[in-house]
Amino acid sequence: MIATTNRHASPREIIPATQSRARVSSIGARSFLLEAPGDFDLIAQRRIWALSQTVRRWADLAENIPGMTNLLVIFKETPEDPDAVVVRLLEAWEHAQSIDLNGKTIEIPVRYGGEHATDLPALCDLSGLSDREVVRIHHEATYRVFALGSAPGFGYLHGLDPRIYMPRKTVPSLKMPKGCVTIGGMQTGVAMLTGPNGWNSIGFATLEMFDPTAQNPAVMAPGDTVRFLPARIEL
Amino acid sequence: MIEILESGLFNTVQDLGRPGYRDIGVSASGAMDPLAVRIGNSLVGNDENAAVIEVQTFPFSLRFERRTVFAVTGTDGHPHLDGSELIPWCAYMAELGQVLELKQPPRLARAYISVGGGLDIPVVMGSRSTSLRGGFGGNAGRPLAKGDRIAVGEDLEIAMLPATGLAVIEPAVALREVFPAPVDGVLPIRALPAGEHGLFAGDGEAFWSQIWRISSRSDRTGYRLSGEPITPTATIEMRSHGVVPGVIQVPPGGEPIVQMSDANTAGGYPKIAGVIECDLWRLGQARIGARLKFVRSTHAEARAVEQAVARYVEDVRLTSGMVKRALKAMA
Repeated sequence: MIATTNRHASPREIIPATQSRARVSSIGARSFLLEAPGDFDLIAQRRIWALSQTVRRWADLAENIPGMTNLLVIFKETPEDPDAVVVRLLEAWEHAQSIDLNGKTIEIPVRYGGEHATDLPALCDLSGLSDREVVRIHHEATYRVFALGSAPGFGYLHGLDPRIYMPRKTVPSLKMPKGCVTIGGMQTGVAMLTGPNGWNSIGFATLEMFDPTAQNPAVMAPGDTVRFLPARIEL
Repeated sequence: MIEILESGLFNTVQDLGRPGYRDIGVSASGAMDPLAVRIGNSLVGNDENAAVIEVQTFPFSLRFERRTVFAVTGTDGHPHLDGSELIPWCAYMAELGQVLELKQPPRLARAYISVGGGLDIPVVMGSRSTSLRGGFGGNAGRPLAKGDRIAVGEDLEIAMLPATGLAVIEPAVALREVFPAPVDGVLPIRALPAGEHGLFAGDGEAFWSQIWRISSRSDRTGYRLSGEPITPTATIEMRSHGVVPGVIQVPPGGEPIVQMSDANTAGGYPKIAGVIECDLWRLGQARIGARLKFVRSTHAEARAVEQAVARYVEDVRLTSGMVKRALKAMA
């Protein structure tokens, strides 16, 4: 079930879910995804954070997972009237006021280049920039943690300079090491697990960012600010 | 205690999973056939979420180091206790030193061993399930191996089991009205169209009409399906968003992936459909090479199936409790 569809895509374009109105679709019977319209920016994400706080109070909700300008809500049971759920979600979205989260600042030392920067040459080719420029553009920016997901403690970071956007690979790396500093589309992050990964690696970080036995297992939280500090640059 | 005498590579401790942490990137994990776990635990008198052993690589054997009530569920194979053949879906008593052995079942993929008192394993983030990707939970975050010894919780109902065992009619039989049998060996799996279904235009119909085969590159994280590739009308990258087990994503190669118990928590590939949750156990019991077909379902149908399953599980729980209490009263 799709509340509104509004999609025009050209090959390899990284597109927002919708151009004008929020869209709600379902995954299976009790999960619903609301995708914010418009640009991929902090303004939209602040409204997603607000929506997340609203739906958290719904008695019939099991879980909600903020994504990148979207929110997945999982109900305790399959709703009797899925259309009513869509209406409820869209109304909550309309009423969601932009909020900011008081995050902490996390500094991540990075070894740019070197053996783990397997995709830096390809990124230079795509962007037309030198490796030095790519690295400088990456570490000079300030990033916000928009959401966590994909692997324990993995933060999706917003704030990547459009000059170094790079689409995910069509054939993922089979065994990308934990710690690789990566770019996936307009997003950047640090790989939390060694394994298959479709993002593009440009460096390496050793900071531990997840501990399952800790009170708060993930170091990053939505709203946090992240700075990458070039510990070493090997080009 | 129980001691693992023999195990394949991918057998793990599981319960009903670790939901609630997807927002920090932690997969729910949990048994691939949660219905078998709920029934097995009910039969041995446990809370339905108690930790069990999921066996998916055979043969597997263990030794009981004390008198223990146990049941093997999920499978269509016959377990053996000290060489004597037992039936699945039945609770038995094992004496100290007895050896339980599971061989490759004839048709299904996974067997579950529940023990009275449950496996006594530390709870990590609300669950005893093994997170293989995260390397925590269950048996020190890793699969079981020969020589592992696992503590068993205290069993308060141990004296209450009938001497001949306590069996239940298995779900595939008891619920045959709500879970249609395979037709010509093709398993019907119900799903709802998901967010990007419309993007597949005519290939959307090809998705529903063709028979897919579970490829050898399938595991607890996801099932890759082989068949005639389907392609969207435009190549797009989605913004990363939360996903759940059952989501059917289509990567650029055009062969769908169904996320299973160790499902990734976030995705970016176009989603063509989502399997309804109560059909996931049937996928969990389908083996590599099995053929399946997706059947368009509705929220109303999903609700009806959920309710039928809930009635069945409740019936097993109440009846097995009643039988045991009656036997105790007569003793």
